[in-house]
Amino acid sequence: MRLVCDVLVVGAGPAGICAAVTAAEAGANVCLVDENPAVGGQIWRHSMTSGPEPKDPTFLQWNQRLERSTCRWMNGWQVVEPLGPGVIRLAMGDATADVAYQRLIAATGARERLLPFPGWTLPGVMGAGALGAFLRNGYRPRPGQRVLLAGSGPLLLACAAELAAIGTRPAGLFEQASRTRLATMLPELLRQPAKLAQAAAYSWKILPTWLRTHCWIAAAEGRDRVERVMITDGRRYWWSACDVLACGYGLVPNLELPRMLGCALAGAGVAVGPLQQCSVEGVFCAGELTGVGGVEKAMLEGQIAGLAAAGRPHDAARLVPELRRWKRFAGRLASAYALRPELKKLSAPETIVCRCEDVHHGELREQDNWRSAKLATRCGMGACQGRICGAAAEFLYGWKNESQRPPLSPVPVGALAVSFEASAEITSAGDATGCASGHSLPD
Amino acid sequence: MAKQLSLVVNGRLVEVEEGTSVAAALLMADEPARISVAGERRAPFCGMGICMECRATVDGVPHQRTCQLVCRDQMKVVTA
Repeated sequence: MRLVCDVLVVGAGPAGICAAVTAAEAGANVCLVDENPAVGGQIWRHSMTSGPEPKDPTFLQWNQRLERSTCRWMNGWQVVEPLGPGVIRLAMGDATADVAYQRLIAATGARERLLPFPGWTLPGVMGAGALGAFLRNGYRPRPGQRVLLAGSGPLLLACAAELAAIGTRPAGLFEQASRTRLATMLPELLRQPAKLAQAAAYSWKILPTWLRTHCWIAAAEGRDRVERVMITDGRRYWWSACDVLACGYGLVPNLELPRMLGCALAGAGVAVGPLQQCSVEGVFCAGELTGVGGVEKAMLEGQIAGLAAAGRPHDAARLVPELRRWKRFAGRLASAYALRPELKKLSAPETIVCRCEDVHHGELREQDNWRSAKLATRCGMGACQGRICGAAAEFLYGWKNESQRPPLSPVPVGALAVSFEASAEITSAGDATGCASGHSLPD
Repeated sequence: MAKQLSLVVNGRLVEVEEGTSVAAALLMADEPARISVAGERRAPFCGMGICMECRATVDGVPHQRTCQLVCRDQMKVVTA
């Protein structure tokens, strides 16, 4: 299948939906792609079918605008690789689609930062956001099971509240940041009373369990699955019985697509100009990709990128002052929840860091960088392609992963076989047929 | 009340509500998903389709990310 559009938006979370809707309403021919079966991304992710829980009113409003717009919505399609400037290959199962575009807006969001500790590979241990996602997809802990949440960030409290909402009171909630660090957010929170009210509502829901600050998980143990966890405040260590441990340390942006497109990075995200434009001509980034900052920042960046990509820079520029406010809020949050150095010392030499290839901390700490680790130990070369251990290795050893090779996601060999032919064809014929400008594709 | 579906996980009958993901069904049935390179049993972990720990054979198709699949009635799931 071959498609042509003005604006291709990758990722249908808050940033992607806002980008697609504003670009389409501004008159552009828009294509919105997401690998998930439904729109909403992780934060607006609801039950895969229509679940009983109320949906976010902001989501419903934008979803309605999306449905009324001319935007072409391609769910279940994954990006395989760029085939040349202005052309990208998508796959769904064995089917492929080559999309030619003039502008691309990457809004691929973020994933959880999952850090190793002894026992973190045991069944029953999962991410904190993962617990939230499983709950939204029908997971119900058995009555009497002890579910502990730990790690860092505002997501912890939100997931604990989700757990309480289905009738399971969290047996414990541990945040690694100290109370003094968290208090530095207060002036900014007072300026965003809705956020303060949300935090209070979450805390109320999980009572009498209380968020314990300055505590983290040192280890998990059990025979076939987790049975107990060791908790510490840095001075004392104590064991707690546990059937499910949900532990995540905030979010990291999904940089694979912008990296593959050659976009320059800055700090923890993609470098963008005032209207979300990247270092690569015609490519924009919006949302968590430019630095983790939550749904309000993502929605504004999506709208700015959508308007700019549809040729309406003046309208886009009007939203920039409000975006600045949310960026400041995000900055405060990031420094309040900064990870403590003690978390780098949790792994024993035999603790697995790369879960796909079972590579141990003892082997990895001998390596100099991500590349040498990959070559010598196969770290990051398994099925997840470093999506989990990459962020862990960056935190533990300070390694940056700078390269990204296709395919972007695991696809059937069939999709790749066609891809080799097509890329040869398009790179050789691209300039002559004007395919680089995104208007047509060679046959 | 949501409709109940039944699936067979490693030969065992498991009942779930309609709309449940296969990974959620594995968690509730206490059935780990894949066996790691070194032989450890692993269970669904990231919940968003990236860690690949929840892979299983579903209706004869190997390496399915069960967190991205919704349960269907009479589905057969085989984990390693």
